Amino acid sequence: MPGRGENVDPDAVVDALLAGDERTLARVISRIENRTEGVRPVLARLSRHAGEATVIGITGAPGAGKSTLVDGLVDAYRERDLTVGVLAIDPSSPYSGGAVLGDRIRMHRDGDAGVFVRSMSARGRLGGLSRAAAEAVTVLDAAGFDVVLIETVGAGQNEVDVVRAADTVAVLVQPESGDDVQLLKAGVLEIADVFVVNKADLEGASRTVARLEEMRRLRERATTDRSSETDEWTPPIVETVATTGTGIADLIDALDAHRNHLIETDGFATTARSRHAATIRALLRADLEALLETTLERQGGIDGLVRRVEAGETDPYAAVESMVAPIEDCLEDR
Amino acid sequence: MHTTADRPIRCLIAKVGLDGHDRGAHVIARAFRDAGFEVVYSGLHRSPEEIVRAAIQEDVDVLGISILSGAHDTLVPDVIEGLRKAGAFADTLVLVGGIVPPEDERRLKELGVAEVFGPGTPTGETVAFVREHVRERV
Repeated sequence: MPGRGENVDPDAVVDALLAGDERTLARVISRIENRTEGVRPVLARLSRHAGEATVIGITGAPGAGKSTLVDGLVDAYRERDLTVGVLAIDPSSPYSGGAVLGDRIRMHRDGDAGVFVRSMSARGRLGGLSRAAAEAVTVLDAAGFDVVLIETVGAGQNEVDVVRAADTVAVLVQPESGDDVQLLKAGVLEIADVFVVNKADLEGASRTVARLEEMRRLRERATTDRSSETDEWTPPIVETVATTGTGIADLIDALDAHRNHLIETDGFATTARSRHAATIRALLRADLEALLETTLERQGGIDGLVRRVEAGETDPYAAVESMVAPIEDCLEDR
Repeated sequence: MHTTADRPIRCLIAKVGLDGHDRGAHVIARAFRDAGFEVVYSGLHRSPEEIVRAAIQEDVDVLGISILSGAHDTLVPDVIEGLRKAGAFADTLVLVGGIVPPEDERRLKELGVAEVFGPGTPTGETVAFVREHVRERV
């Protein structure tokens, strides 16, 4: 299989991936996760083949039924003859760094070449996950999947950053998931392009829908106060019962409507621009960090510096100054 | 070269066939997680083809097949054959957990199963085996 070995020609990897080689696709995603050297030229080439896929983020609290809903969406898209890549992101243990990635459990798709499911863990990296996920989306997109679903637990900033890689974000809300104040607190609601009240057959679903409607009205009023923009998107509220497939078609309609809205309002260009900006910033930061690591090693590593601070020979501020100053000097005239 | 020292070991814990007992699979999944591995659990009643595809898509280092039904004779060879066909066998450490008679164990190992862990095996032993035998890759 191409893609093994350090000195593999990136063109060969890209060719195999574009030809639909599943092993190569899987290995490239591993290399992204592992930050393997040599993956960047591959990504650089692949990014030119990406941009066609519909990218949808699905987030919500644990137990809201995300995986079951994703499974239903995969079925519905497959019925429409669209191929689907799924990126299922789970948190890793802060203690061991390990993770149980559970989304395979609901997936029964023996031999369906039109579905690719990959589980990814946060690996405890602040900010790193969003870049890895965005890059994995690029790879699935370039590999030709019509739809890419990113599924993540909506638990914090990391997850919010992850779904930013999507054009459309669906936020799942469970019936009776707390009172109004809980809904106000949940920052994850603010990123919703579509609200999904899953388990809509449960008692309390209509109350949750009513609360979301109220919240949406407040948000709408706030945005009209702020700007006179007329092309504001109002997130629809869709009720689903993922276990029976009820409401899945409505959800797809809502997701499509948002996509059309993006097309009509030039929203794609805006999100693409902010995504490019985020990528450039992330790459810059990663490269500079690597550069600083090398500098640090050359100065005897962090332990050596700590010892010097301990011995009173220097202080943290002066130590950093001495390392950064030469870099500043180098960049000054450029 | 990327060694497993600076990345988590990825595992697929798989239940194949009709056997519906997955307590052992859960125990080992949790032990692997606590050892810092990334564990994908297949869920129950999977076909060998599904397991092979999951192992490939998830690009796992380790495939642990948990079988208590006695059907290991037919299911495990099918999984190994599938991995070989996909060119993924050389990269994958295949383990079997469950109830396997000694003569079957010998046959499975001849086919390429790295180790068979019977009931009551301390999880630490399995974790140590994985760390020692997981295949390096780039």
